[in-house]
Amino acid sequence: MVTTDIRTNTETVLTVEDLRTYFTTRWGTVKAVDGISFDLRRGETLGIVGESGCGKSVTMLSLMRLIPIPPGRIVTGSIVLDGEDIIPISEQEMAQIRGSKIALIIQDPMTSLNPVFSIGNQVEEAITLHQDIPKRTVMERALDVLRKVNIPAAETRAKDYPHQMSGGMRQRVVGAMGISCQPQVLIADEPTTSLDVTIQAQYLKLLKDIQKESDLSIIFITHDFGIVAKMCDRVAVMYAGRIVEHGSVRDIFNNPSHPYTEALLASVPKMDRDVDRLFSIDGQPPPLHDLPVGCSFADRCPVVMDKCREQYPDSRQVSDGHVASCWRVE
Amino acid sequence: MQKYLVRRFLLAFVTLLSVSLIIFIMSRVSGDPRHIYLDDYSTQEDWDRMGVVLGLDKPYYQQYGIFLKGALRGDFGESVREGRPVTAVVIERAPATLLLGAVAFSISLMVGVPLGILSAVKRGTMMDTFGKVVALIGQSAPPFWLGIMLMFFFAVKLGMVPPYGKQDWNSIILPAVTLGWYYAAANLRLVRSAMLDVLDSEYIKLARAKGVNSRNIILRHAFRNALIPPLTFAGVTMGALVTGSLVVETVFAWPGLGRLAIEALFAFDYPLLQGVVITFTLIYVTAAFIVDVLYAYVDPRIRYA
Amino acid sequence: MAADLSGIVIAPPTLRAKAAGLYRKLKRWPVIPIFVLGLVVFAGLFAPLVAPHDPEKGELRERNIPPAWSSGEMSMKTVVERLSINERTTSVTLVDAQEIDASAQLGDEIEVFTRPAGSSKFLLGTDHLGRDVLSRVIYGARISLLVSIITLLVGGSIGITMGLVAGYYGGFVDEFLMRLVDIKLAIPLILIALVLVITLGQSLWIIVTVLCLFIWPRFARQVRGEVLQLKHMDYVSLAKVSGASTARILFIHIFPGTINTLIVVSTLQVGIVILLESTLSFLGAGVPPPTPAWGSMVADGRDKLAGGVWWISTFPGVAIMLTVMSLNWFGDWLRDTLDPRLRQLE
Repeated sequence: MVTTDIRTNTETVLTVEDLRTYFTTRWGTVKAVDGISFDLRRGETLGIVGESGCGKSVTMLSLMRLIPIPPGRIVTGSIVLDGEDIIPISEQEMAQIRGSKIALIIQDPMTSLNPVFSIGNQVEEAITLHQDIPKRTVMERALDVLRKVNIPAAETRAKDYPHQMSGGMRQRVVGAMGISCQPQVLIADEPTTSLDVTIQAQYLKLLKDIQKESDLSIIFITHDFGIVAKMCDRVAVMYAGRIVEHGSVRDIFNNPSHPYTEALLASVPKMDRDVDRLFSIDGQPPPLHDLPVGCSFADRCPVVMDKCREQYPDSRQVSDGHVASCWRVE
Repeated sequence: MQKYLVRRFLLAFVTLLSVSLIIFIMSRVSGDPRHIYLDDYSTQEDWDRMGVVLGLDKPYYQQYGIFLKGALRGDFGESVREGRPVTAVVIERAPATLLLGAVAFSISLMVGVPLGILSAVKRGTMMDTFGKVVALIGQSAPPFWLGIMLMFFFAVKLGMVPPYGKQDWNSIILPAVTLGWYYAAANLRLVRSAMLDVLDSEYIKLARAKGVNSRNIILRHAFRNALIPPLTFAGVTMGALVTGSLVVETVFAWPGLGRLAIEALFAFDYPLLQGVVITFTLIYVTAAFIVDVLYAYVDPRIRYA
Repeated sequence: MAADLSGIVIAPPTLRAKAAGLYRKLKRWPVIPIFVLGLVVFAGLFAPLVAPHDPEKGELRERNIPPAWSSGEMSMKTVVERLSINERTTSVTLVDAQEIDASAQLGDEIEVFTRPAGSSKFLLGTDHLGRDVLSRVIYGARISLLVSIITLLVGGSIGITMGLVAGYYGGFVDEFLMRLVDIKLAIPLILIALVLVITLGQSLWIIVTVLCLFIWPRFARQVRGEVLQLKHMDYVSLAKVSGASTARILFIHIFPGTINTLIVVSTLQVGIVILLESTLSFLGAGVPPPTPAWGSMVADGRDKLAGGVWWISTFPGVAIMLTVMSLNWFGDWLRDTLDPRLRQLE
């Protein structure tokens, strides 16, 4: 298929280079994110997958510069958003970028809205923060956004407080806040985990529609490969704070090249196959404050070699745009 | 909202009624009221006549009815010591206590809330330690002793303020600080822990992600939520401020209801004592009701429940 | 905002790590409050052995002696208001039998050394009746200890039972008990206590009764809250199904689940009981004199302050403050250690 809009696939909005975020804890330095790099093109959806505790959420917080300092700190790396590295800039400048250029939708719709403000008020705030426009326009804009996320009778519901809405509704409001200033990058941190399946599907469709309409780039953080298949163009698989495999959705699903990716895929239940038992990965991820010298997955890897315990595998090319950090990849 | 307020109002009413019952029972248990009015030289006739006047010849429930009817009209009988209506004496003394309570309550808020917020925001720093020390001392020093010590240093030693009584504007400083201190400490702790919980919440994370700056995160988003627990506590505070006024007014010879109660007590002036106790309860119930309304205003979950 | 570390997996601890963890935990024991509380309990238990003097007897000759470190140079200015013999004397006799050699006239302002120096016989000085302040403070610990233990046992049991019943049955019983708690808050209990003491006479038992009235609601509320959660636990349903009696379910199955909370609540409540007991004593409704109680000692010294006699009130007050502070501190630590969920508990 010929791409009609060349811009869509060429312009890079976000480049992350060798990002390391560490936490100082009682047990030592926890390397929650340990040298990840990726880029995100306009209108593209990147999925970041992995078990809980692999560093997905810390990656998300680092991109927003919301890491609590202390105990956390971004040790090295650069996050270039829209041509500007956001790591060295001041907190005030960052506050201006949050919400306007890069926005966030968090996992739990039940607790992510402030209980003492009406939802209209909260959406309006998101707009006022970044746009110097008269109050009337702000209100209209807020209602527009609420309509956009399919809130029925937006005028009346805007006066409601979070506790008066259902989980799915609240999640839409959170979404509305995220897109209210037309950001370039939207980070969705497991935005559908607490919703039931039909509402989840509706919500995902909504996100896709909005994305198509405004050429939004989305980073989808999830552990659900079903969602990845439905939503994403490319996937980065994270394990123990590092990206172990990175490629297009097709590459990852058809030709998983890291044993961890294979294991993850194997543990997804499939409709078209009869399985007696779901595959699960034995063992636990290594403690992030005490990573082994070699490959972090070595202890759980079914095809481990001596070399794996000696040195961490560098990133190796499997095919064009598909890389994996595994010694088996030649 | 209306249902909530009606409920709170009914509760206030029931509370008043129960207190009046307790008071009535206690006044009867403590002995025949005629002993207070009549001395050893009165005759049996005097005794009986007095009984009829006070309604003591009727069964207890009717006596309570009479007491209640009087109380509703603001009539608690005559003070034995002062020889005039209890209500008049109480009304004369009430403003001093209300003033003291209001100033002390303001102190407890103006000291406790900002310190609590600072301690939470600057958790683990010197500021936090300072807040902890203030709270620990505030909740441990007995008010009667604290009052005496303050009086010794600031009035006796330094002569900065009058040691007792209510003459100049600055006589209120020591009693109000003494009374407010404990609740300042309590508010500090409550606000600090509420603030920590709120700052930890998802909605604060999302507000930051929206681009709200640190100052507004605290002042706009966190503050109102962090006010909810101390507001719940404010009802209790008000009640305890009443008790506290008993002690503090005694220490500083402050001419309010607390001292009046102690005076009435040691003069065996039961009618006066009853009047003061009922007034105290009334003040508490009213204050608690105001707090309930405020509470509903701050927390929409209650307003629309 | 705290770190989202929930997902970070920490390796199962080795034996050595466990030992180190235990050490760290021990190191975090709050030493100061434990030391103070130990001292108070020791003083209370062994008062007759520890106290240097009889707390209830004193020589009038030895009254108002300042603490041992005081040099006695404390002086005050006074105006001669009355001369004892006649208006032309060379020796002035002050009210407390000190003689000053001065040719004072009526209305003269003279400087008087009102007090002798402190003596090592009375470390914290003596009170207005010549009784040793230190011994009285030590004996005062007894009363506070006794009152708080009895109150805690009786008031705590009432509150716990009420809380268990209210939480378990819910409905009307619950509503009634909780309204009772509300009403209790509205009553100036100190006043009621004073009335009781005045009419029925001063005694330890009346004080304990009143204090029980004070503390049961706190226990009832806390236990009720816990029971509301615990009663839906599987093991409770299981006990119900297997036909256990309600009393058995309440006390054998549910009550143990509330113990952590109760330990914390008790510690914090003891502080409140000590404060209240001393307040009653201060207002003249505590254990009858001459038994030394901290609150009444503060009251004793109150009107001596103007004359510069500060130690009678100060030391018992310091004793109350240190004890209550240690209880609060220790209680906070217990709460953080046993049950971080209870952070809201005040």
